[in-house]
Amino acid sequence: MLEARNVNINYGMRQAVVNVSLRVSPGDMTAIVGANGAGKSSLLRALNGAIQPSRGEIFLDGKPLNSYARRAIGRRIAVVTQEALLAFPVSVLEYVLGGRYPWSGPGTWGWESERDLEIAFEVLRETELDNFSARLMNELSGGERQRVVLARALATTAGILLLDEPTANLDLAHQASMLTLVREHCDERAKAAVIVTHDINLAAEFANRIVLLKSGHLIAAGNPHEVLTEELLSEVLEIKVLVDAHPLSGAPRITPAHELRR
Amino acid sequence: MSSSLNKEAPTISRNAVSLDRSARATLRKTLFVCGALTVMLIFIVIIAATLGSERLPLVDALRALFTGGASSGALTSTQRAILIDIRLPRILLAATVGASLAAAGASYQALLRNALAEPFLLGISNGAAVGTMVALVFFDANEWTRPVMAFAGALGATLLVYRLARGRAGASPERLILAGVIVMTFQSSVIVFITTLMDATRIRSFTFWLLGDLSQAASGSLWIAVVSTIAGVAALTFRARQLNLLMLGERDAFDLGVEVERVRLQVFLAASLLVGVSVALSGSVGYVGLVVPHLVRMSTSGDSRLTIPAAALAGASFVIVADTLARTVIAPRELPVGAITALIGAPLFIYLLKRR
Repeated sequence: MLEARNVNINYGMRQAVVNVSLRVSPGDMTAIVGANGAGKSSLLRALNGAIQPSRGEIFLDGKPLNSYARRAIGRRIAVVTQEALLAFPVSVLEYVLGGRYPWSGPGTWGWESERDLEIAFEVLRETELDNFSARLMNELSGGERQRVVLARALATTAGILLLDEPTANLDLAHQASMLTLVREHCDERAKAAVIVTHDINLAAEFANRIVLLKSGHLIAAGNPHEVLTEELLSEVLEIKVLVDAHPLSGAPRITPAHELRR
Repeated sequence: MSSSLNKEAPTISRNAVSLDRSARATLRKTLFVCGALTVMLIFIVIIAATLGSERLPLVDALRALFTGGASSGALTSTQRAILIDIRLPRILLAATVGASLAAAGASYQALLRNALAEPFLLGISNGAAVGTMVALVFFDANEWTRPVMAFAGALGATLLVYRLARGRAGASPERLILAGVIVMTFQSSVIVFITTLMDATRIRSFTFWLLGDLSQAASGSLWIAVVSTIAGVAALTFRARQLNLLMLGERDAFDLGVEVERVRLQVFLAASLLVGVSVALSGSVGYVGLVVPHLVRMSTSGDSRLTIPAAALAGASFVIVADTLARTVIAPRELPVGAITALIGAPLFIYLLKRR
């Protein structure tokens, strides 16, 4: 579906991503994990063409990403980033309808169709935002805005979702419901998701593939049990951790082992 | 269908308005608003045609207008000449200037994500003025050089402001205003400098022109104005949906499939054309691109698909009104229309600021 081959991303002299290869298939929920500055966001941004790799290439459905028109990419790949404060008042519904843009043809002067509205409302229901459609984005809390951003990404009906720290501003309940929703889309609708996150436990709980980055290098990739080991994590995160099994789900549970100063 | 968690979502308040579509801009709403504004514009044109240092009787003026001057009832031939040859072209010029500046202002505000972005305040009008002046001083014989150089000046100023405003994290509103002020004042000094190269008689008429002067509505340039206004506003309206997305942020727009670079360039070109031609023909009329889009946005919607055409129509009315005031308040002498738009616009702008 989506593949990165030997991708290098340099910002001037600084090497942000070094020779990383990654493959994303339908049904995969991949979490990219690493310390700050490990290159996670840069890699994610390269996956939809927002950043051009200095070397290496990204392939979408077998063809180079650069061979697609921007709108064609927008139909296949949707992005969820940190929500930003808006300069002008925009309602939740209008914001989510923006996700239908990749599907707009030259026909109706760019006005949304009935189908676009249906999809928007459907997505608002899925993300438990149906009562918010007329609210203004700037009136919502950070967490609520984040859900709207997800709703917009789902409205594009793209098969691949790229999420950059989607749960950063959410409370525990919403973190769980957001990732559960993404997980459902992957399982039931054969979508793929790539999530950059600091929260390793969430990654362990929801993702079926983990990619560990350190200083731009890919240290390990595989399923959570393979990759989330004390050894690998301590090296990548530069902090000692303990890994046991979550009592209910059996997924790896990571606890930092702080060295307390007395 | 997916089954998100069935427990109650922990929202803070249950908003009573559910599935509400009324606030959105739709095609129907846009056509209705534009229709209403067109009707208003027609009324204003008719009334403006009768007002002036020579007041014309309404019914006869109407008959003359609708028959293109063929049948003019009780109007004297002088009155007919005033109406058809002087006032009407001037009103038409005012309409094109108002439409151009308002539509350009609405587009800049959307593109630069800044409610204060306006051709005058950003120094773009001054850039066009510099271009016009250079054409006047060096290529006086060829009238067509003025709109062309004005367009070049406007585009140059636009790109300069844009480059200056773009910090590492994108163009913050403060940086943009600062960049605009810098470019505007710099160009003002260039204008003053070029003025000193002119002889005394030209300086006076030129200064008047600089403040906005619609009395030079020669027929040749009028057609340039009409064509460029229609072309420019159409081009901007065509990009309106992309402008909506750009208003959310360049990154967002890019991810959703907007070709940001291309759209930005097209909008800059179209807006520069509109501002350039307006300034070349009528000097620097300020505040139109600020106040009119704001009024439209506040009363209807922030959706550019609606605000751009609506601002064009409302802007046309606004400048016609301002120009009518300019030529009637101290008749038979005239005030520069730019002074009127500033006198109306600045307090209105302060009021708008306080309402936020």
